[in-house]
Amino acid sequence: MKIKLKLNLLPYILWMTLFVLIPLMLIIAFAFTTPEGTFTFNNIIYATKYSAVFGRSIVFGAIATIICFIIGYPMAYFISKTKIKYQSVFIMLLMIPMWTSFLLRTYAWMTILEYNGLLNKVVSFFGFEKINMINTPGAIILGMIYNFLPYMILPIYTALSKMDKRVIEAAQDLGANKLTIFKKVIFPLSLSGVISGITMVFVPSVSTFVISKMLGGGAILVIGDLIEMQFLGNSYNPYLGSAISLILMVIILICMGIMNQLEDYSANQNKVK
Amino acid sequence: MKILSKIYMTLIFIFLYAPIFVLIAFSFNNSKSRIVWSGFTFKWYLRLFENQDILHAFYNTIIIASVSAIIATVLGTAAAVGIYKSKKWQKKLIINITNLPMINPEIVTGVSLMIFFVLIYNIFGFFKPGLITRSCAHTTFCVPYVILSVMPKIRQMDYHTYEAAQDLGCNPIIAFIKVVIPQIMPGIITGMIMSFTMSIDDFVISYFVGGTVQTLPIAVYSMTRKIVSPEINALSSVLFITVFVLLIVINLRQAKDKKIKN
Repeated sequence: MKIKLKLNLLPYILWMTLFVLIPLMLIIAFAFTTPEGTFTFNNIIYATKYSAVFGRSIVFGAIATIICFIIGYPMAYFISKTKIKYQSVFIMLLMIPMWTSFLLRTYAWMTILEYNGLLNKVVSFFGFEKINMINTPGAIILGMIYNFLPYMILPIYTALSKMDKRVIEAAQDLGANKLTIFKKVIFPLSLSGVISGITMVFVPSVSTFVISKMLGGGAILVIGDLIEMQFLGNSYNPYLGSAISLILMVIILICMGIMNQLEDYSANQNKVK
Repeated sequence: MKILSKIYMTLIFIFLYAPIFVLIAFSFNNSKSRIVWSGFTFKWYLRLFENQDILHAFYNTIIIASVSAIIATVLGTAAAVGIYKSKKWQKKLIINITNLPMINPEIVTGVSLMIFFVLIYNIFGFFKPGLITRSCAHTTFCVPYVILSVMPKIRQMDYHTYEAAQDLGCNPIIAFIKVVIPQIMPGIITGMIMSFTMSIDDFVISYFVGGTVQTLPIAVYSMTRKIVSPEINALSSVLFITVFVLLIVINLRQAKDKKIKN
């Protein structure tokens, strides 16, 4: 029996070692290697010269994540309040855009935000000055919010819909008003969803290069652009590219570590109370 | 409050769907303009089906999606069964490996595979960037989703039926095919459809592996970088409808499953 079970797993483990673990180790190895094959820290040192780009990506990602949370939480809450049979319809409606080509949806925003685009048509129809929207940081952040908003709503909705409704009733019976119930019961119980939502929006936002290229016109560099340039752009340098990728992974790991700490902390707080 | 929440939900859905409807609407626009409406036409759809580049890209996309969906389904189903029966620490380790490509930023997965394939090609002379490398890359990011959709089905399954089949004289492999597979089939099919749609839509990872092979997202990307033709809009409408239908099929299947369970 044991031998047979190992046989089940073997192809999968081999596959993942070959195409996930080894490539990731190569990234780490390349980040510390010169083109001649000797060990070096220069790639990492050189990559830190782009700290402005790293900073910009983190700020863009953070703003997009915060706005997604502000818009997404009420949406998840309202969906969880509708009748059960409608809930699955709304969830499907949220998922359909996610499964539609990401490039084409971003491309659609290009046509909407263009100087002579649809939005400015509406603006000038009402007699206002046309606004320059495309190729600005705002357009990039809008693209991130648009593309990743469902990733925020879905986990929060899952957490809210799993919640035991009797806890809310108990709080009501004990005389808590609506705001207190939300602050002390509903929100803390939905926190696990909020935290996975935040990571699911932040990770793709901070590492994108398509959105910044299409809606930022290629003039506003983010980490993703830097990495892409080292591998497929004019400045071909996989060693530097690996170093930047490694830094990106470390940034994301740190952020996820902080989020996990927050989750543990709040879970403990709830227990103590 | 009720009315407010309805208005809010409507606004969010408008925000999510407006760009898609703009794309679809302008696929029927008579002129090349993306802003001015100048009459209804089907010509972009007809031109789309005459455009050899797009058709070739479509053909590649379908081949890669089918190959990677099939391999991912076989690997993932076997792995899901294996994970279910393995020891706790092994289970934890394998689930962590499974999560790795899901947590890692797509661009890092893409460039790491690119380095890997280039290195292998330079040393051993195989894995030349092309259809094969791209199918391998797609399989890699699809397997975790197959595992995630098959695992719950295995947990729901009655394992004794498998043992009973063996007691009745079935050899383990036949018992697995005749008893286990039919019970976890809904999970397998959902995983396969998910893999297929994700492979069709993938851009970032494909962009870094697979050299000059054209697939639809790659073709779309290069078109958006240059002068954009309304054929893209027609293509996007076709893709949107395809995904829409596939998702409805998945959801109907799940709804049916739930009904049977209840």
